[in-house]
Amino acid sequence: MSEAIASQPQRNIISRLWNDKETRSVIIQIIAFAAIFAFFFFMVRNAISNLESIGKDISLDFLSQPSSYDISQSLIEYSSRSTHFRAMIVGILNTLLVAVFGVILATLVGFLLGVLRLSKNWLTNRLAYVYIEYVRNVPVLLHILLLHGIIVHSLPLPKNALNLGDAAFLTNRGFFIPSPNFEPLFWVVTGLFAAGIIFSIWFSRYAHKVQDATGRHYPVFWINLGAIIVVPVLAYFILGSPITWEIPELAGFNFKGGMVVRPEFVALWIALSFYTAAFIGEIVRSGISAISWGQTEAAAALGLSRGRILNLVIIPQALRIIIPPLTSQYLNLTKNSSLAIAIGYMDIVATIGGVTLNQTGREMESMTIVLLLYLTFSLLISSFMNWYNKRIKLVER
Amino acid sequence: MTENAQSTQATASGDNYAVIIRDMHKWYGEFHVLKNINLNVTKGEKIVVCGPSGSGKSTMIRCINALEEHQQGDIIVDGTELTNDLKNIDAVRSEVGMVFQHFNLFPHLTVLENCTLAPIWVRKTPRAEAETLGMEYLERVKIPDQANKFPGQLSGGQQQRVAIARSLCMRPRIMLFDEPTSALDPEMIKEVLDVMIELASEGITMLCVTHEMGFAKTVADRVIFMDGGEIIEENNPDEFFDNPQHDRTKLFLSQILEH
Repeated sequence: MSEAIASQPQRNIISRLWNDKETRSVIIQIIAFAAIFAFFFFMVRNAISNLESIGKDISLDFLSQPSSYDISQSLIEYSSRSTHFRAMIVGILNTLLVAVFGVILATLVGFLLGVLRLSKNWLTNRLAYVYIEYVRNVPVLLHILLLHGIIVHSLPLPKNALNLGDAAFLTNRGFFIPSPNFEPLFWVVTGLFAAGIIFSIWFSRYAHKVQDATGRHYPVFWINLGAIIVVPVLAYFILGSPITWEIPELAGFNFKGGMVVRPEFVALWIALSFYTAAFIGEIVRSGISAISWGQTEAAAALGLSRGRILNLVIIPQALRIIIPPLTSQYLNLTKNSSLAIAIGYMDIVATIGGVTLNQTGREMESMTIVLLLYLTFSLLISSFMNWYNKRIKLVER
Repeated sequence: MTENAQSTQATASGDNYAVIIRDMHKWYGEFHVLKNINLNVTKGEKIVVCGPSGSGKSTMIRCINALEEHQQGDIIVDGTELTNDLKNIDAVRSEVGMVFQHFNLFPHLTVLENCTLAPIWVRKTPRAEAETLGMEYLERVKIPDQANKFPGQLSGGQQQRVAIARSLCMRPRIMLFDEPTSALDPEMIKEVLDVMIELASEGITMLCVTHEMGFAKTVADRVIFMDGGEIIEENNPDEFFDNPQHDRTKLFLSQILEH
């Protein structure tokens, strides 16, 4: 070997290293890393020195100063005397609220759309198709503005509110709904509900064991449904409905009491969910149709019923195709929630990245915080989905 | 021209038949795929169906377990008539095993789980018992050592043998084979045919669509030749190969036997 090399015309050392497969890849990585590091070092140092030259240093002190602005929807105690930090927390919670509710609704509607798209019924199939093509080909910002416009302009002022059975009132300032006051006995219902969940986890395992041992099948779904839903609902009525409802009442120009759901939240939530649902519908449809017809035929030929074929053969395989693109739809929904600022929903961008930024002039710090927050949410979502993906993937290899 | 071979058996009572197909027609839209099919299969009989591609032979055996619907005529499998009744269809399918050209194993389940899926969920067999049964049939097809692998890790021949074991785990009375060796490499065809020959010696009713003429000569009680959606000729293998009656049969045989 060494003789063979020695007999070749002597090349210089750099050319030899560069033409070696392994060293070349190491060299490229070192060069790339150094270039990126140098670039960021230059940018950050420049930004800091430029900010210093106009008398601004990097500091987070502004977060502890009073915010002196109001926020229309807040899940925690907040007033204009609270700090900017508290305003940021309100923004984070509002973003998370719309993201969590959005992901749940988008998933439900999306899976429904996907199944309808696969329907053999011509009408349902076409309706789902038209819905998907319309919704996903119009920018989501337009959906949000349109829905917000419809709610604000078509619903009446509070004094002429749409009255739903004297309990809920729809107005252009928001939907006023009764808020529950839980009486002590209600905790029995809550306890039963929790017990129902624990029971159903135990029962699913038990049923699995019984099936393994004797072959007997229990109707697990219906029994668990009964334990989680029916038993607590029955208990609720037997205990004499232990919730009193605080009904909103018109006082002056607005409603007092009860809970209010802001039109901004409704518009953003519904628009984001139904927009994302159109994409999820297509993902679900493609995931299911990617499983070859031969799988269904083979399962049918063994005598399995339609429901079992879906549960045991098609869905476990389809989920593996569906999960990765589903993750990016969840990320999209979360990031698209920053469009909230267009209709004045006070999320992260509108609070710390909007009013706070304008009032304190701390653009570098504020935008860095906003960026890090979105990054954190996104990484959390993808790591959860990756974990789930791995879990269902492990079933194969 | 199709009924002549049946006339000798027509006097036997219906109980002796595993499959009865009477005046059956099938259309794909306008296209008439199966024309007036009449076929009685006695219990334990081995039938090989051959014919040029597009002749309707696969479609015919797929009608027997209702993977394809027929539009006219009757199909009676093991005493149960195939109608729109889904219960009847499921009952027939659990008695009729089927092996496909492309194996169609479930890729997300191990070899053993492929075998135990239907016994557990259709026959309500306890898992341990189903696994014993699965291992028993995997031994019969000579791959017990692959039980915990996934189908993707096996060769084509091994996958087809698993598919046969998977069907046998339901203890079917009738086995349908739809070109079981057509997707295999030449050196793997033998291992699958060996398993099928062994199976044939055990008295199960078999209908097999294949072009393996050696297999037909060894195993078949009757060979059926189809062309253009019709049964053209049927006879015992010796007569069929040595003395074909119809020109189309002669042409087909000369094409597949001359190499």
